[in-house]
Amino acid sequence: MIINGVLIDDTFAEAFGMKATRILITAQNLKWAYHSANAVTGFATSVIACGCEAGIERKLAPEETPDGRPGASVLLFAVSTKELSKQLERRVGQCVLTSPTSAVFAGISEGEKLPLGKNLRYFGDGFQISKLIAGRRYWRVPVMDGEFLAEETTGMAKAVGGGNFLILGDTQEQVLTACEAAIEAMRKLPNVIMPFPGGVVRSGSKVGSKYKALMASTNDAFCPTLRGATRSELSEGIETVLEIVIDGLTDVDVRAAMREGIAAVCEFGTEGGIRRITAGNYGGKLGQFQFHLREIMQEAAQ
Amino acid sequence: MSALTFKLKTHPRQRVDLSPLTPDSLAGLKNDAIAAIELQSGNRKLKAAELFDITGDDATQIAIENSCGKLDYIGHGITAGSIIVRGDTGAYVAFKMRGGTVTIEGNAGAYAGCGMKSGELRVNGNAGDFLGAALPGFRHGMAGGTIIVGGSAGERIGDHMRRGAILIEGDAGDYCGSRMLAGTIAVLGKVGEHCGFGMKRGTLLLSSKPQVLSVLFGDCGTHNLNFLPLLINSWRALPGRFAELQPRRRVRRYAGDNANGGKGEILVWSD
Repeated sequence: MIINGVLIDDTFAEAFGMKATRILITAQNLKWAYHSANAVTGFATSVIACGCEAGIERKLAPEETPDGRPGASVLLFAVSTKELSKQLERRVGQCVLTSPTSAVFAGISEGEKLPLGKNLRYFGDGFQISKLIAGRRYWRVPVMDGEFLAEETTGMAKAVGGGNFLILGDTQEQVLTACEAAIEAMRKLPNVIMPFPGGVVRSGSKVGSKYKALMASTNDAFCPTLRGATRSELSEGIETVLEIVIDGLTDVDVRAAMREGIAAVCEFGTEGGIRRITAGNYGGKLGQFQFHLREIMQEAAQ
Repeated sequence: MSALTFKLKTHPRQRVDLSPLTPDSLAGLKNDAIAAIELQSGNRKLKAAELFDITGDDATQIAIENSCGKLDYIGHGITAGSIIVRGDTGAYVAFKMRGGTVTIEGNAGAYAGCGMKSGELRVNGNAGDFLGAALPGFRHGMAGGTIIVGGSAGERIGDHMRRGAILIEGDAGDYCGSRMLAGTIAVLGKVGEHCGFGMKRGTLLLSSKPQVLSVLFGDCGTHNLNFLPLLINSWRALPGRFAELQPRRRVRRYAGDNANGGKGEILVWSD
């Protein structure tokens, strides 16, 4: 399959079942909501060492938030309920509770409940106040700028983590420009985040390493500087490979985001220095989900 | 199907206990069985048909017409369905209510919403004393649900109240929110003396500062409280003026009663 001169590999992205939640962070204005949301989603690029993968899903207009202030919707993904719960509490406790004028609300109401303000309330040292409003419990925790308002719990959903595609092209500048366009298009979609810096990752990994202590190491088959030194996947002229990783609440969301992203990259075509799209997998043995690139782009064509 | 209607023939001389007439207890009963239901009145028992003209067949919607202040325990323990009362009611309306809606087009007597746990009680006229309060011997007053009063309410509103909301569009009498344990009481009119007397936790939301505020409440200053827009928005679907309030967050906060832990609060709207 070739779109606008760009070869779409006959391969698939392999993704895993994860646990996810959504929280809504509001503040006096969008600037402060984003300060808090950026902190909450900081150092959350990969579950390998960050505990969770998190990102800002979208900004929220005042009429979309429970307290009528501007805000941001944040998605967090982890490998287990326990880890998600731990990360949520730590991150909200250190990054939202601490952020001036902030408040935090559940972004998913169904499913198993994760503590949000439930344990953070103890910061109030007995001065915290509970309010049960329309069947949902909120905690008012006195802080130095007034009150921190936090909903008691947020819902958890089964989710999909690790959807991906790789963009192979002529130069660093060209591939990165195409990736930026893809991320811009994908960020318009609901229920997905691209957890890496700017949504793009350059250090794709393979399973295993020559060093016993390491579980994963650089994906040498896709490293352009090793083309002549290892069993390379790269053809001549490919100078850069970048990857976009997608976590979504459902496989349908991940599929939609991949379609949107690949289409945006292919717009650049060979003239824009884009040569090939492929995806990362482990032979289909590890992940619960497979996203076949050609199938996805076939749907797009139809 | 039309609403099951009980039209009071004449105003009784003695008080009548209407607790058997709820959607729950009348479900599935034929009209002759309903007519034969015995209602306690003083030291006598009266058949429902002696007191009321009974028409209609839908027991999930009950209407009591030509009602008067002698009819007690209307909507006792109701869990679902609706009761509408055209006229006044006696005491204990919606006693131990668990769900559904009870609407009084006239005035309600004492202890309306006493022991209520869920559902919606609407009094278009005035409510008597001890609205949503605890009966002597009860551990706490109202423990959930919403009471809306279109007029004014008497003394000891929400005495020992545990949870839920009491919304008064008119004025509130003395000792509003006394000994309150938690929950919310909002008053759009004036409040009488000793409001929040002995309150442990909970929120009294007032449109103006009481003329005399107990020295056991400490002035915490004026603040923006972000839970208030949520609270106001939760009233949107209710009947009456509370549904039309614009979301606001700025209030003057008085914390008390300091004789009882001081975790309660009186909030007065400020702009």
